[in-house]
Amino acid sequence: MAGRKLFKGNEAVAEAAIRAGCRFFFGYPITPQNEIPEYMSRRLPEVGGTFVQAESEVAAINMVYGAAGAGARVMTSSSSPGISLKQEGISYLAGAQLPCLIVNMVRGGPGLGGIAPAQSDYFQATKGGGHGDYRLIVYAPASVQEMVDLTLGAYDVAERYRIPVMILGDGVLGQMMEPVSFPEGSEPENAPQRPEPEWATRGARGGRAPRIVSSIYLKPEELYKHNLRLQEQFKRAEAAETRYEEVRTDDAEVLLVAYGTTSRVCRSAVEKLRTAGVRAGLFRPITVSPFPYKALGERARQVKAVLTVEMSLGQMVDDVRIAVAGAAPVDFLGTTGGVVPKAADIVERAAALARHGAADQATREGIS
Amino acid sequence: MVEELIIAGFGGQGVMVMGQILSYAGMHEGKNVSWIPSYGPEMRGGTANCSVVVSDEPIASPIVTEPTTAIVMNRPSLDRFEPMVQPGGLLIYNSSLIDRAPERTDIRVIAVPANELGEEVGSDKVANMVVLGAYIKARGTVSFETVGQCLAEVLPARRHDLIPLNLEALKRGAELVK
Amino acid sequence: MKQVYAVPKSLRPVPTHYCPGCTHGIIHKLVADAIDELGLRDRAVGVASVGCSVFSYDYFDCDFQQAAHGRAPAVATGIRRAVPDAIVFTYQGDGDLASIGTAEIVHAAMRSENITVIFVNNAIYGMTGGQMAPTTLVGQKTTTSPRGRQPALAGQPLRIAEMLATIPGATYVARVSTTSPAHIARAGRAIKKAFQVQAAGEGFSLVECLSTCPTNWGMSPVDAMAWVEKNMIPYYPLGEFRTPEMPETPERGQANG
Repeated sequence: MAGRKLFKGNEAVAEAAIRAGCRFFFGYPITPQNEIPEYMSRRLPEVGGTFVQAESEVAAINMVYGAAGAGARVMTSSSSPGISLKQEGISYLAGAQLPCLIVNMVRGGPGLGGIAPAQSDYFQATKGGGHGDYRLIVYAPASVQEMVDLTLGAYDVAERYRIPVMILGDGVLGQMMEPVSFPEGSEPENAPQRPEPEWATRGARGGRAPRIVSSIYLKPEELYKHNLRLQEQFKRAEAAETRYEEVRTDDAEVLLVAYGTTSRVCRSAVEKLRTAGVRAGLFRPITVSPFPYKALGERARQVKAVLTVEMSLGQMVDDVRIAVAGAAPVDFLGTTGGVVPKAADIVERAAALARHGAADQATREGIS
Repeated sequence: MVEELIIAGFGGQGVMVMGQILSYAGMHEGKNVSWIPSYGPEMRGGTANCSVVVSDEPIASPIVTEPTTAIVMNRPSLDRFEPMVQPGGLLIYNSSLIDRAPERTDIRVIAVPANELGEEVGSDKVANMVVLGAYIKARGTVSFETVGQCLAEVLPARRHDLIPLNLEALKRGAELVK
Repeated sequence: MKQVYAVPKSLRPVPTHYCPGCTHGIIHKLVADAIDELGLRDRAVGVASVGCSVFSYDYFDCDFQQAAHGRAPAVATGIRRAVPDAIVFTYQGDGDLASIGTAEIVHAAMRSENITVIFVNNAIYGMTGGQMAPTTLVGQKTTTSPRGRQPALAGQPLRIAEMLATIPGATYVARVSTTSPAHIARAGRAIKKAFQVQAAGEGFSLVECLSTCPTNWGMSPVDAMAWVEKNMIPYYPLGEFRTPEMPETPERGQANG
């Protein structure tokens, strides 16, 4: 590994994308992710790439569609309200099976909401977002280094399954600086030269047959088949790409489940709980789509209670309940509006669960 | 060692850069570090703060809610962060600009007349470095030598001629702490 | 024997789904002729829009992308930037370009994207069954202006060519008609010129083609042609609104690729 450097999450994800071969960025300013387009506007021309500030998020994602359809490694980034605007294009990208990278540094909503960090777009990111029957591959990094590591591999994954990949961060992860090291040999000039995909529209040169990039299937039976194909691709990704991390779960009696920034607070809570003699552990989905249902379900069988912690009023907890499938009571602690959960609150709730189980779960649902 | 700091003041007082210098220095000394700025409208002339963690162990949470040290450069920041400091922790305040003394008796309090001392060495623009010098002397989180080396990394190239002044300010702040 | 007519190579020899008397077929042929004559087919990437021409990729024999409603100029921008030597064109109707896609077309012109836009204006939404378009004439009856378009309710029709010609980045902007052999010949020359502008790297080009919709207008094809000449051309005057030769056309770098 090369030497460590302090990077803001936003700049780290941008640099990692370039090292992964991204040469085209189309975006529109929105807080708290502005360092991404700013970095790209500076850096891409240095590596022979192109940055375009689009007239809107809608235009930006459709520029991504055009470039991705031409076989380029391309990226856009935004934050919640802007991602809502991009949903049209994301649906078309999914329908046309175009690999690309979308970064979402989530802020509080609904509406204009605020600019502080949130996890309230979990549903939007993992359950579709735009119209139609499709899933994205969604990574939820918990540190700046992990954001780099996941981004470095994101295009390979997107292209393997022809599914757009989203990096689901939040305001903290975008703004935070942490030391980062990029792997040796990952310099942009070493970015892999990618052969032209057999579906890319770059002009039917040398007499090859013309190609069409499209998401339209007007005959129901054709769209049926097409959507099954999309689902098949996602299932393949689910089998091979589902990722999670477990922290001190071997002997855990209380299992915290959290992703992203919230998982960092939970990690701290686990340490405090262990010091206080409570056998707590953390299960952290790294892919929130596909969600690690199986691994979480297995782990839940050994614990007295599961506590899901989110910066939302309860979104991932639905997936946690599906995964746990009644093997243990599932409690929820959430903050919303840009407030980050406090380790002390998590400790208190988890300690109570360890003492009493979740007998009084009904009264514990909802915001702390 | 786990040091969890909040550094706060008006936008323009250099609180972000103080946190960055500490983060760089910690990283260069092989420690784990994180730095989170407050961001958004409050950057435009209002009160700004950053959270810094410097730790020998991997950092669980970079979110600082009970700081071991609070460095406050103005009155609103003192009012907001004094109650949050962990018992036994440290509070450093800029007594040039803050018109009240801290009330806590269960923490160590250091008053730094940062603007005056900055003027003494050449400019009150280095008031933040005076405070940083006092902090490093008080806690020893990182060494002065490392901090000196980090200045070139953190300050933009056009400010590199000010590095000697910054070093002088760090020294002046350190002299204040016994 | 001298061959006087042939299907252009850039057009597939297949029947189209367009209604009898619709001028999409004529415009497709003019575009294909231009691509053939300039030898651009193996570099061409078209962008189909949403409207009756949604399946135009079934007729053009070159690479194509299907864009979301109104977004063809953004999609074309992505292709243009990713493939610097491609010949990129969009084919958009008036609902697509003049209504939902106004931001995209204005900003593509602003950036002087080196693309060619074929804009088909038939003053109505065709595919969805004859609703009012931004280009619907005052008094014209549609399924959503059953009493005729009323300016008090819906404003005056948008003159896209004139509007875009005010944008410094627009290098070539023309309006043509497809309602007579003479008009069609002029339309062919304008479309060819638009592609020449792109091939020379001179920036954004757009040709607005006045067109018919006999089905939704409720007219015979012949009556529809006459209606264009009588009602549309007076409001939408024909001609070149911007050319690279015009003194007011500022020098434009090749912003792209």
